Amino acid sequence: MSINRRGFFKVLGLTGAALVIGREMKAAPGGNGDIDFRGVLYDSARCKGCRGCEYDCAEANGLPLPGPAKDIPPIRHTSETKRTVVNEYKTSKGTVFIKMQCMHCSEPACASACLTQAMHKTKAGPVIWRGEKCMGCRYCMISCPFDIPKFEYHSSNPKIQKCDMCYNRLKTGEIPACVANCPNDALFYGTRRQLIKEARKRIVENPKLYVDYLYGEHEAGGTCWMYLSPVPFKELGMKEIQKASYPALTKGFLYSVPSIFVLFPALLLGIHQATKKDNQTPEE
Amino acid sequence: MSENNPIAIDNDGKPIWKFLWSELKPKGKIFTPFNVISVPIILLGLTLIVIRFWKGLGSVTNLTQEVPWGLWIGFDVVTGVAFAGGAYVLTFMVYILNMKKYKSIVRVTVLNGFLAYVFYAGALLLDLGRPWNVINPIIGNNFGVNSVLFLVAWHFLLYMIAQLIEFSPAIAEWLGAKRIHKILSGMTIAAVIFGITLSTLHQSGLGALYLMAKEKIHPLWYSEFIPIMFFVSSIFAGLSMVIFEGSISHNVFQKQISEKDHKARTGIILGLSKICAGTMFAYFFLQVLVFIHNRHWDLLNTPMGYWYLLEMFGFVLLPMMLFYFSYRRNNIMLVRVAAILTILGIILNRLNVTVIGFRWDAAIHYIPSWMEVVVTLTVLFTEIWIFRWVINRMPVLRDSPSWAGKH
Repeated sequence: MSINRRGFFKVLGLTGAALVIGREMKAAPGGNGDIDFRGVLYDSARCKGCRGCEYDCAEANGLPLPGPAKDIPPIRHTSETKRTVVNEYKTSKGTVFIKMQCMHCSEPACASACLTQAMHKTKAGPVIWRGEKCMGCRYCMISCPFDIPKFEYHSSNPKIQKCDMCYNRLKTGEIPACVANCPNDALFYGTRRQLIKEARKRIVENPKLYVDYLYGEHEAGGTCWMYLSPVPFKELGMKEIQKASYPALTKGFLYSVPSIFVLFPALLLGIHQATKKDNQTPEE
Repeated sequence: MSENNPIAIDNDGKPIWKFLWSELKPKGKIFTPFNVISVPIILLGLTLIVIRFWKGLGSVTNLTQEVPWGLWIGFDVVTGVAFAGGAYVLTFMVYILNMKKYKSIVRVTVLNGFLAYVFYAGALLLDLGRPWNVINPIIGNNFGVNSVLFLVAWHFLLYMIAQLIEFSPAIAEWLGAKRIHKILSGMTIAAVIFGITLSTLHQSGLGALYLMAKEKIHPLWYSEFIPIMFFVSSIFAGLSMVIFEGSISHNVFQKQISEKDHKARTGIILGLSKICAGTMFAYFFLQVLVFIHNRHWDLLNTPMGYWYLLEMFGFVLLPMMLFYFSYRRNNIMLVRVAAILTILGIILNRLNVTVIGFRWDAAIHYIPSWMEVVVTLTVLFTEIWIFRWVINRMPVLRDSPSWAGKH
């Protein structure tokens, strides 16, 4: 059962191939913990539900303008034509509004799901979609815990539509359109640390107005868009989701790939050699 | 169905293009029941595919923003690949464990596996919104290495190549290419080892795709063990398909099978049913462990709970026991019943994870449109057409030509 020249090259070749592929697969969901991303703090105690941000957003992104208030149901989802919506909930403290859009997670599930890096977490903070890379597989939609990426099903050149925190405006030094135009000062733009500080300050200064919870501080491993509310978030239709990052859920599987790629071929070749009939020479 | 030709055709004396041209012509009767049913469906399906690329996915499918993957992914890709698992299990048994008994069915199983990957992974292209970018994860600097889908895509591609190499000696025998045949046969073991490794990873990888959909899949079907479940179930899914498909092609292509192979078949089927019973027991045990670990007792007494119990008892435990008894009593009929139940169970399980249990709480439920079903049938029928074409020409079921040695 000694290894001969041919067998040796086989093992060598397989090991080489395994190492190449193993290396390719090595990189696993990375932590973004150290970067202080930019984001937005939304204060639903200040929001008056004017829905001006919906218009500003549509205008800034070349999407159809939303219709008049009377035609609109109180609770809607974002869609391929609406990157943000303001919903109206009847709560224990009366009517409360809440603005929905991409949360821009610090470790986004969509970006780790994307096999072409079309969904991309920028260093500035926004999670952006890059059409020239996207193949339209919609795995980002499967993975996003907030159901944010929307797909243009009725187009032969479909795009993924979602809030990109006005990435093009940020690049020219402007702030997101919705933040710039909010008449009630319900949106506050800054780095995550600034947002958390500001939110804490508001809660401390006005403990009766707010519930003592900052949604987005830890959800999905931390998001760049954070929420303050006068009522528990459950009453506003906000999902209770895991605090850990979503890409971490696939970490165990992805880490096992290189080891299987190295161990399996060696093991299989060994069993193959071992189960050969004794009366046969190892050569053939 | 085909002319009876006991020895493989080779192109001795004929120029190769003339030989290929003559092989392209249809053989056998044209108006068989299968042809009469499949041709109109394929033509309708092709029309629907044109509409789909022209007007967008929404014109043909019922996909929603909440359920972006429907029948084409959940059935064609995820379920189809599980059924193609027979190829890696059998090559493991024959080439790695040297279980000679099963050698006569390796070629047909590998061919089936290869075609399944080509067509079902090919069906993925129909589902892509921007298919012109499909090359991005393969070339260029767009490697999304953190993505499970990236891994699965690469594995599909590499595994198809490995399976083509495993099958290639049959093509060489068909063409009468003796020297190439020798080279290709020498590559078999390497391709098999590579193929088994790839299969282990992407069978489980298909399950790992859904790991991030934690809150979206019904808790009775979601656990961090989905990858292991998918891998273990692909073993008996693949073998059940081998049993089921074998019982059909054994009747359809009866004339091609030698007396010796025909006699060996009962032993093969009983052997496979033993393996199925064993792996299904392991799978059932794993499912029970996961269920107890997740403590979802309260969910059992809901409609989804009954559905879950039906899957576990009706389509895992029952066929497992049937496999076991059929093996003990040498009952081939019972094996077939068990195989069909297992196949239904796998379809049920994969659809429960990917479609039925996915956003089971959504306001608008996804139900596939008739057009999605027709396109799925088109993919399936086209694959059977190609399969039949190959079987009637290459030495897959029949013995290899004498110069090729035993395959």
